[in-house]
Amino acid sequence: MENPKTMIKVDELQTSFYTSKGEIKAVDGVSFDVPTGKTLGIVGESGSGKSITSLSIMRLLEDPGKIKGGKITFSGEDLLAKSESAMRSIRGNRISMIFQEPMTSLNPVFTIGDQIAESYMIHEGLSKKQALKKALGMLELVGIPSPKDRLKAYPHQLSGGMRQRAMIAIALACRPELLIADEPTTALDVTIQAQILRLINNLQDELGMSMMLITHDLGVVAETCDYVAVMYAGKIVEYADVNTLFHSPKHPYTVGLLKSLPRHDIDQEELEVIKGMVPRPDDLPDGCRFAPRCPFATKLCEEKLPTLDTMADKNQVRCWIYTDQWDGPEVNVKNDYGTAQSK
Amino acid sequence: MFVYTIRRLLQTIPVILGVTLVVFLMMHLIPGDPAQIMAGERADEAQVEQMRDRLGLNDPFYAQYTRFVVDAAQGDLGNSVRSGRAVSSEIGARFWVTVELAFYSTLLSIFIGLIAGIVSATKRNSFLDVFIMIFALFGLSMPNFWLGLMLIQYFALPFDWLPVSGWGTPEQLLLPVITLGTAGAAIIARMTRSSMLEVIHQDYIRTARAKGVKERYVIYKHALRNALIPVVTVVGLQFGVLLGGAVLTETVFAINGLGRFVVEAIAMRDFPIVQGSVLVLAMLFVFVNFLVDISYRVLNKRIELD
Repeated sequence: MENPKTMIKVDELQTSFYTSKGEIKAVDGVSFDVPTGKTLGIVGESGSGKSITSLSIMRLLEDPGKIKGGKITFSGEDLLAKSESAMRSIRGNRISMIFQEPMTSLNPVFTIGDQIAESYMIHEGLSKKQALKKALGMLELVGIPSPKDRLKAYPHQLSGGMRQRAMIAIALACRPELLIADEPTTALDVTIQAQILRLINNLQDELGMSMMLITHDLGVVAETCDYVAVMYAGKIVEYADVNTLFHSPKHPYTVGLLKSLPRHDIDQEELEVIKGMVPRPDDLPDGCRFAPRCPFATKLCEEKLPTLDTMADKNQVRCWIYTDQWDGPEVNVKNDYGTAQSK
Repeated sequence: MFVYTIRRLLQTIPVILGVTLVVFLMMHLIPGDPAQIMAGERADEAQVEQMRDRLGLNDPFYAQYTRFVVDAAQGDLGNSVRSGRAVSSEIGARFWVTVELAFYSTLLSIFIGLIAGIVSATKRNSFLDVFIMIFALFGLSMPNFWLGLMLIQYFALPFDWLPVSGWGTPEQLLLPVITLGTAGAAIIARMTRSSMLEVIHQDYIRTARAKGVKERYVIYKHALRNALIPVVTVVGLQFGVLLGGAVLTETVFAINGLGRFVVEAIAMRDFPIVQGSVLVLAMLFVFVNFLVDISYRVLNKRIELD
């Protein structure tokens, strides 16, 4: 039996796109779990497979994407074994999603009220009138000013921040057990970002939801998450609780990401960047996928893919440096990263 | 919405004035002398000159044009050169036949075009999709008078119950409406398909699915409302093509409508009739486009005038 305190458990998930050029492994053996009421951050650059992971959980992949293997257990139930209609009654009801683009994620021809009310009509079988009444309550909850007027407004009449609040109202309408927020603040102004994050955090506490926050912004992770999984090219490279990750990052990629954040406590002439590009998913390296960009990479890294191993402080790292087989010089990734990269 | 309607209505005035100018110029620039025809072939130069005077053809251009517009505004489009009857009453007798033909044909093309387009888009690249698109290509490429002739040859003649000509009974409607509506159905099907395919990949469709909306409602509620916006424009434009097609369809099926009337008037060089008919058809087109603009606004809330 599953630990009852686990909201969702993803086990060796593999999602591929079958194109004319062959199979593209977008998510390649990803495992994590979100304890009830906690927040897991999934961090990575574009193309790392983080959004595909969330769409796989919702079973909303579009052709030619397919879940090839693995197991997704949501509060003890096997999601991959469910029928489409059973999935529909979970979507927007027990698992909800907020998307990155508030500008295009709302249907332009329906009012905000109609779009929130639809959830109640589908999942709670309410009449339109009752549903609109509850929709009004949701608009109040997400802090939209003069909610009565906004109920009748069309998306184009609202600002980006207001639209994202409306999206949150749609997602939270049926009080989901799990909220998947896919880059919910990326498209917003910095000042609005903070407001939206605070709103999501407060609502999470209020409703006792579990959450998966997908982002490329480590600053956002530090503020909101309990656990973090760092993804790179379809695989998790480091998985730890948020304190461990920020205080003793292990994987060179994580360290690179942290170093590329602007800091106000030290004088910086220039931000450090991770050199190179994320590999194309149809042309992945044979060994460690980060090896071509890694300042510490050796021959072993280029030839063999390391496994995700649990360390002494309980975080998991996929890197040869922390194994007996390491063939390079002794390094401390966190301290030596800068010097190694400038070489 | 009310203000929008009024403003759109006012905007049609310059268009209609432009139409009158073009119609007026057209009749004066093409070869053939109306005075000569009205006076008869054996009339001498003096008689023709007298007729020209009576018709006001010797007046300056602007005076003739002003008179034409002022008279037309009062419903007076002159008299037929041949029959001598008022053009307005001649047109009035045939106008509704053409409107009816155009209306039913539009209805048919919207009905078939929308269904075919939606099926094609949702079953993309399937056998059905390919079949519908090939069929649409045929419908689009086929000249409608030829389609009319084929329908008469293979449907009307072998089966007694489909008449080859006339207008009024449901049986008489069927073949002309198919003839005229096919091209429109084909265009609307293709337009609906591409518009649907574009909309289906929008973020808000994913939002609807993430809400747990049934696929049927995702298509017919969330996607179709958005996909219809460009289709409506095509329906409006198609109506103009339809009026042109009505001329040929009415001729093929011997329907006593405005289209056939114009063709006959052209052959007889009955200028006032041609002038009046073209003006009426053009105004009908302007009116339909006005309706399209209004429905556009109903479908797409983002449109604000200026």
